[in-house]
Amino acid sequence: MKVVAKRPESLYDKKFHYCPGCTHGIIHRVIAECIDEMGLREKTIGVCPVGCGVLAYEYFNFDMLEAAHGRAPAIATGIKRMLPENFVFTYQGDGDLASIGMAEIVHASARGENITVIFINNTIYGMTGGQMAPTTLIGQVTTTSPYGRKPELAGYPVRMAELLATNEGSAYICRTSVHNPANVNKTKKAIKKAIQTQLEGKGFSMVEILSTCPTNWGMSPLKALERVEKEMIPYFPLGEFKVKE
Amino acid sequence: MEKVLMKGNEALAEGAIRAGCRAYFGYPITPSSEIAEYMARKYPKIGGVFLQAESELAAINMVYGAASTGARVMTASSGPGISLKQEGISFIAEAELPCVIVNISRGGPGLGGIQPAQSDYFQATRGGGHGDYHTMVLAPASVQDMMDFAMEGFELADKYRIPVMIMAEGTLGQMMEPIILRDPVTPGYEKPWATTGCKGRKPNVITTLHLPPEELEQRNRYLKSKYDLIKAREKRAETFMTEDAKLVLVAFGLMSRVAKRAVMEVRKRGIKAGLIRPITLWPFPDEHIVEAAENGAKLFLSLEINMGQMVEDIKLALNGRSRVEFYGRIGIIPNPEEIVGVVMQIAEREGL
Repeated sequence: MKVVAKRPESLYDKKFHYCPGCTHGIIHRVIAECIDEMGLREKTIGVCPVGCGVLAYEYFNFDMLEAAHGRAPAIATGIKRMLPENFVFTYQGDGDLASIGMAEIVHASARGENITVIFINNTIYGMTGGQMAPTTLIGQVTTTSPYGRKPELAGYPVRMAELLATNEGSAYICRTSVHNPANVNKTKKAIKKAIQTQLEGKGFSMVEILSTCPTNWGMSPLKALERVEKEMIPYFPLGEFKVKE
Repeated sequence: MEKVLMKGNEALAEGAIRAGCRAYFGYPITPSSEIAEYMARKYPKIGGVFLQAESELAAINMVYGAASTGARVMTASSGPGISLKQEGISFIAEAELPCVIVNISRGGPGLGGIQPAQSDYFQATRGGGHGDYHTMVLAPASVQDMMDFAMEGFELADKYRIPVMIMAEGTLGQMMEPIILRDPVTPGYEKPWATTGCKGRKPNVITTLHLPPEELEQRNRYLKSKYDLIKAREKRAETFMTEDAKLVLVAFGLMSRVAKRAVMEVRKRGIKAGLIRPITLWPFPDEHIVEAAENGAKLFLSLEINMGQMVEDIKLALNGRSRVEFYGRIGIIPNPEEIVGVVMQIAEREGL
């Protein structure tokens, strides 16, 4: 018998707490596979956000910290400056990164901070029960935009990848999705490229991953994946926005 | 020993370097900025990390990250900036990350002014942010103290895995005095909890999240037991002529030096006055206060550069045993003559 697939060493053998159809689990696994395949588990330090990913340290089998809401890039900065040889990454959602943590992420990128950011964009606050996020699409119903997001009241969804790509310090900025296997594979490639960017000391790297929240979107897992393709990708186009050579 | 003339903020920064601190994260604010400027000049030459953060929030979280690697790390600010850092200080206290936080304080509330004040006493001694926690608080009174307390602060921080705050009036940061440079120390604390990559061991996790109620309560009970231990071991105060004192002045920081002069002057006039100078503001040296009361002090006069915040702690210590009065200014340090006048008035009224 030959082993063709196994749990990555970087993931504990533990059941995720995430809702059915949520793509956090897929993304955790992809990150773990990348870290395993690049031989980085023992030198990795990850920083979790506040949000559904708050307990990510329960699943990753390497050193982890839990940050205050939005502050993960500042904590990662403190770690990386002290331990430049280690691989340091943050795992953040859209409320964490694009709202309360906007200053920390923009300045980490502007400084060319040599860290990697995995940004989960599902256009909603998941853990607190489905409130409007800075990435919530126009017309999207949430508990704090019950009549749909209206630009005259709540402005427009922010495109983080495009925004951070304008910073000189950003070395690799990419947006991917995990709504089907082909895009999961592309996400894995992008994460590896982001990690490689850090290992080569080129500067700030981020992979924004379009993700689902079936529970707070009020959709079945399948419908949620369809929404990513039909509604999110047109507003949040996939692709590389910055690749520093 | 040869003395050198140094500015308070620079003596503190140099003290941190001599304590083995090789990381500083901060944001500019008067009257604390010379600490950052000193580190910005020194660290590139000795292999330390200096980073000017985009905000006080970012600075304290960078401290969180750097301290989690086991390094000795410091940040400094002043009143409004320290308020912004409180979120991070709460997290640091809960995560038990050793570090030194400096408040070169100014008068508030709000933007207040940049003149010297002790108006952050409540903020410093009651934790300051959300949740049940304390930081240790040291109050230097001289430029020599600025250096010595920076060094001592790192020892206490590592010993108890606690954030240590050094709180000094803006004047103390700005003024110059001759000091003895202390010998550098090599930090000797093992930090097996540090997140440095899990090579050769199980992964470490630094978190402040405790969702199960039993775990949360257990965690708070544990922190309380640590604070109780610190209270039992680390209360520090300087006492001056308190053995036979009927009237005891209580003052910390620069104010204590003014009070000491006043005590010497009123003693010449036959008034049995003494001084207690709290060195640790938390834990508050309540036993020194009680001892003076037991020795016959019938009145305590709290002298502060605020509107009387320390009065509460003196009253708690005395628990009704003696009376407490207050005299204070803000933005202005009274001179010894002014204090002598206040003391003589009380002495006359009380028949001391």
